[in-house]
This record gives sequence, C-alpha cells and structure tokens, in this order.
Amino acid sequence: MIQRQAERGKWDIITGNHAVAHAARLARVKVVPAYPITPQTTIVEYIADFIERGEMDAEYIRVESEHSAMAAAIGAAAVGARTFTATASQGLLLMHEVLHWAVGSRLPIGMAVVNRAVGPPWSIHVDHQDAISQRDTGWMIQFVSSNQEALDTVLMMYKVAERPDVLLPFMVCLDGFVLSHTFQPVHIPDQADVDAFLPEYRPPHWVMDPDRPITYGNLVMPEREYMEMRWSIHEAMLRAKEAIREVAGEFKRAFGRYHGDLLWEYETEDADILVVATGTLASEAEEAVDLLRSGGKGVGLVKVRSYRPFPGEEIVRLAEGRKAIVVLDRSLSFGQAGPLATDIRAALFTAGVSTPVVGFVTGLGGRDITYEDIAEIVKIAEERVKEGRLRPVEWYKLRR
Amino acid sequence: MAKTVMDLRRGPKYVLPGSAACPGCGAQIALKWVLKILEGRAIFVIPACCTSVIQGPYPKSAFKFPVYNMAFAAAASTASGMARALRAMGEEDIHVVAWAGDGGTYDIGLQALSGAAERNEDMIYICYDNEAYMNTGIQRSGATPPKAWTKTTPTGKAEMKKNMALIVAAHGVPYVATASIGYPADFLKKLKKAKQMRGFRYIQIFAPCPTGWNFPVDKTVEIAKLAVDTYVWPLFEVEHGKLKITVKPRRRPLKDYVSLQKRFRHLTDADIEELERTFLSRWEALERLEAQGTIFL
Repeated sequence: MIQRQAERGKWDIITGNHAVAHAARLARVKVVPAYPITPQTTIVEYIADFIERGEMDAEYIRVESEHSAMAAAIGAAAVGARTFTATASQGLLLMHEVLHWAVGSRLPIGMAVVNRAVGPPWSIHVDHQDAISQRDTGWMIQFVSSNQEALDTVLMMYKVAERPDVLLPFMVCLDGFVLSHTFQPVHIPDQADVDAFLPEYRPPHWVMDPDRPITYGNLVMPEREYMEMRWSIHEAMLRAKEAIREVAGEFKRAFGRYHGDLLWEYETEDADILVVATGTLASEAEEAVDLLRSGGKGVGLVKVRSYRPFPGEEIVRLAEGRKAIVVLDRSLSFGQAGPLATDIRAALFTAGVSTPVVGFVTGLGGRDITYEDIAEIVKIAEERVKEGRLRPVEWYKLRR
Repeated sequence: MAKTVMDLRRGPKYVLPGSAACPGCGAQIALKWVLKILEGRAIFVIPACCTSVIQGPYPKSAFKFPVYNMAFAAAASTASGMARALRAMGEEDIHVVAWAGDGGTYDIGLQALSGAAERNEDMIYICYDNEAYMNTGIQRSGATPPKAWTKTTPTGKAEMKKNMALIVAAHGVPYVATASIGYPADFLKKLKKAKQMRGFRYIQIFAPCPTGWNFPVDKTVEIAKLAVDTYVWPLFEVEHGKLKITVKPRRRPLKDYVSLQKRFRHLTDADIEELERTFLSRWEALERLEAQGTIFL
C-alpha cells in the first residue's frame, strides 16, 4: 500500500489515537472542544499535551459533555475556524442532535470516532453501531484500517470537507483498541508538506460577522427552500465522492501513500467471491483472502472506506458477474439486517444486478473475528448460495 | 453612548420593524436595548425560544445583527466555541451573546450554561425570563412561579421557581445581574457594566408575556415594574462574588401584581398571602446575603 514516502517527516511507532492527534496538530485546527470517553480519551490527552507544550496553536475547550463538544465545534466553525473533536459510542449518540445541526449549517468540522459498542450493557470494545447510527445525519463517514490510514485520512478529509462544492463535516472512524491503543509504525509528515497540501481554511460562505450580519437558520415555511436545502446536502454528498477520489490522488502525489479512495480493492480482478468489510475486519479479511487463495479459492476483498457518501455504483460494477458477495457488518439494524449488506442489496437491485449477497452480522461488542473466522464465513456463504438459501441476516460466532 | 432610555431612540436600529413578536412582547423590548448598548458589535446565539420566531421567517429577518440559531440545549456551548474561535483568530472587539429564554436557561440549557460559567468563557449570557415555555404555547418551566397557571399546570404550579441568578453566581463568575424593562436605568447600567468586563457575564431579564400571562398588551412595562415593587423580581447584581441589591423599592402588596394577570386568577386570598410570604422571605434572604459581603468567590 505504501509506495513511496515523503522524504521529510519522521517515523514513529505510535497508537492510532496518537496518530489522529498528530493529524489534528498537522491540520492546524484552531479550536478543539474535548470531552473524554474510552477508548477515545487519549486523542484529546495528546492534543492537550501538544497545546501545552507549545507544539500546537489552538484553543482547547474542556467542555462538560459531548453535546457541548459538538455545539462548541459548530460555534467555532460558524465564525470561520477549522475545528476538530473526537468521541466514541455514547458520546457520539449524545451528539446526535447537533450532528444534524453541523450538516444543516454546512460546516466542515472534523471528528475522529473511535468505534465502541453501545450500552447497555456496558462494553468498551469495538463495534460499529455508534457510527452507523449516525448514517442519516449527512456526515461523511470514513472507516480506516491502520494507524497510518487514520492520520492520512483526517488530513485528506479536511481537504474534501472544505471544498466549496462539498462543505460537509466528516468523521474518521477507527476501531476501538484494535487501532486506538495498538502501536504501529506511522510516518508523521512534515508540517510544511501538510501546509502545502492543506492550506489555511477560508470559509467560502457566510460566517458570523457584525460587519456582514446575517440570520442563519431561522424558520423556513414549507413552500420556501427547506426541501431544496436538504436536496443540496444530498447533492454535496454525491459530489463528495468525486472529491474523495481527487484528494486521494493529490495525497498520493504529495506523500506517496494511497489507501484507496471510496473503496480499496485487494485481489478482486479474477475473484469469484468478493468479501466486503470495513475497518479492521477488512484487514483480517485481507489475510483471509490470502489463506483462501492458497487453498485455491478465487476470493477478493472490497474494503468500504467511505460509508457515506456510499459507493453504491462502484460496488455494483465490482459485483457484476461474481458468484457471491459476502458482507461483514459489525452493527445491526434490529429487525432488518446489517446496514452495509442492506445498502449493497439496494444498490444491486437498483442496477438490476442479481449477484447473491450473503450478509453476516458478527464481531459485536468486540467479539474477536480472525482471518480464519472470515475464511469460515466465506465457506458458509458459498453453501448458502449453493443451497439457494439467502436470508437477511447470517449470524456468525453467535452462541445460543 | 446612551445615557437615558430616550437616548436609545436615536442612532441605528438593530431590531427592525416587522418582527413576528406578539404585541406587547417584553422580550423584544429587552433585546432592542441590548443591541443598542452593544452597538451591534455582537454575534448572537439563539437557541429554540420565542426569539427563534420573533426574528421572522426565512429569507427575511427583522434582526440587523449576526444571529446563529441553535438547538435548544446548546446556547452556552455554541457561544463558547464562538468566543474561543474569535480569540484564536485575534478578534478582540466582538461580543458573543447567548440570548435564551427561561426554558433554554433554567432547564434544558442548564448543563451547558454551568459548563461555560465554570470555564469563565468570554460571553454575555442573557436569559429573558417569561416564566414558562411560551414558544410552544405556555407550558411550565423551572422559572414558572409557584401557583401560576400554565397548560401543563392547569390548577397552578406546585413547585417553587429556581433561584437561577444565584445558581449562576455560585459558579464564581465575574458578573451576574437581574434586570427589568420596568427599571430601564438599572438595566442599562448593568448592560454597560457587563459590556466593559470580560469572562462569563450573566444577565437575567424579566420579560412579561401578555400572551402567556394573559394581560392587556399595553401593560407589559407596568407589570415588569410591579414585579420589582412587589418583591417578585428583586433587582440585584453579584460582582466578583459580592451581592448588591440595586433597587430597593417601597414594597407594594402582591395583589397589585397578580390581579393584573389571568394566570393567577384562580388564587384565593390565602394563596396570595402565602405567595407574598414566600417572596418576602426570598427578599430577606437577599438582604442577608448583601450584608454578608463577599458570598461567592
């Protein structure tokens, strides 16, 4: 994946949370409202250290809740500052109301979400229900699979989010503990290189300014532009697909690293079966592909980096003509199915592509899923397709 | 700079004609004065409250100053972000004002307000208190006085009114004041004082509501004045922990105040006496606090 390193910068062996904190520092964010929650906490601790050591010039707001963290981020962005915060699980759920507000205001706020299960019962381990439950807020939702990808994606997404044709907030999701607290070698780019890649933020729209007073967000009657405003968010989200592709290319030229754009593919070309996954499940799936291929099975991996905007057409193109699509969801829409599987089925149906989709819900609450498990999942999927028994949800590693 | 209320009539207008306020709205009177004193050099955060409607519907606005409309619970937190961002960008001369009703202050916004006060964020937080959820159509709040009728207390509120200004003062913020549009000179003085200070400043202004309290629309200012004169709404300030009662009126009978408002029409003489004792004992408690010197550090 790493093809060429920028000559400057430095290597370090750091956790995913440390990598994210470096990204916020390198992005020169001006305001960081911070509230602790496991397993996110060390991100805002590292940022506090950077600021108090004078390595980062930003206002740090020690807010009293995540709702206030996001509201403060919105306030800061509404006067034109580049803004960053981080959260997880319950914290993200508490933010939900104001997540919508950030999108409606078209403020390109950046946030790291360290994915963790939702209570009750309490669980601090990895699970994607927190982020997936924000699916319809209009935030760009990006999943990463390595600490390097976490750092790089935060930088890339500021560039995407702040484009005048996008102007949407983003969350970069990294798996709790599996990435957040795990040490990996990470290349930390040089500040000057990041500055060249990501220039200072100059809001292309209104800001709160007494010299140019505007009223933002007052009542809109049904026959005025409320519906059009929602449409424009949708359009911006669709344009963000192209923006993510372009910025991934720019990043590759600047830093020599490429993690994929909306998707990342591995051994897909001649594969009969595609595994589709996000986050570190995708890293495991990569190993599973190698294992299965060594046994003669034509399996490939499609990692969904961008859950929103959703690369539906891109997945359809990849799915056409394959024997099966095996989807791994680390979250669930109760009474329906895994959200990623549902989205993929919808995209395929819309395009008239009938590749069978076998959707697995697994790894909830941090239950360990290894590459051997994923190889087993692929075998189960093959049987289901052979038997013609497709169900909305297949549970894997469920004990009952 | 205005010296009297009459002076305020001159100069630029920031709250323009054609707003959607009810006739006789106390909140709008207060808002006009705040903008005049701040000379429009302020960014306002307005959470869900009557002023969400008063400004008028998109694409127009009756407000000639920057307004960010925000979700209900988030006035003080949003204003915190603005104040810090302005500081980060080197903007020194713009005030950040959180302008919220009593529901957004005493109830749903209390946590964010407490956090911002504790952090001494650089803002002026103004609560216009019309003593119930008026924008949703008159439901009781933590600011509704005991025994008052609302749609969710059809036989009268059973509980007390929160002593919100003292709750904020207990955070040890630089400045807390109560104010009334019935005592404009006192109000203007407090606004000017708050304007000169930095850090967290809290002003709680009594805003009679003809629609919710059910009184004639030409009685707004009179009722505001009567609230002070009957000890219902004592005027005081807490500056760096020291409390001072700024207006000490000759006390008038509570009946003069409640009889003008139909939200109190079910009250018996005994009810009024009981309420009067409550307000009097609150007043006496304030006097004891005033005599004590510094009460909050």
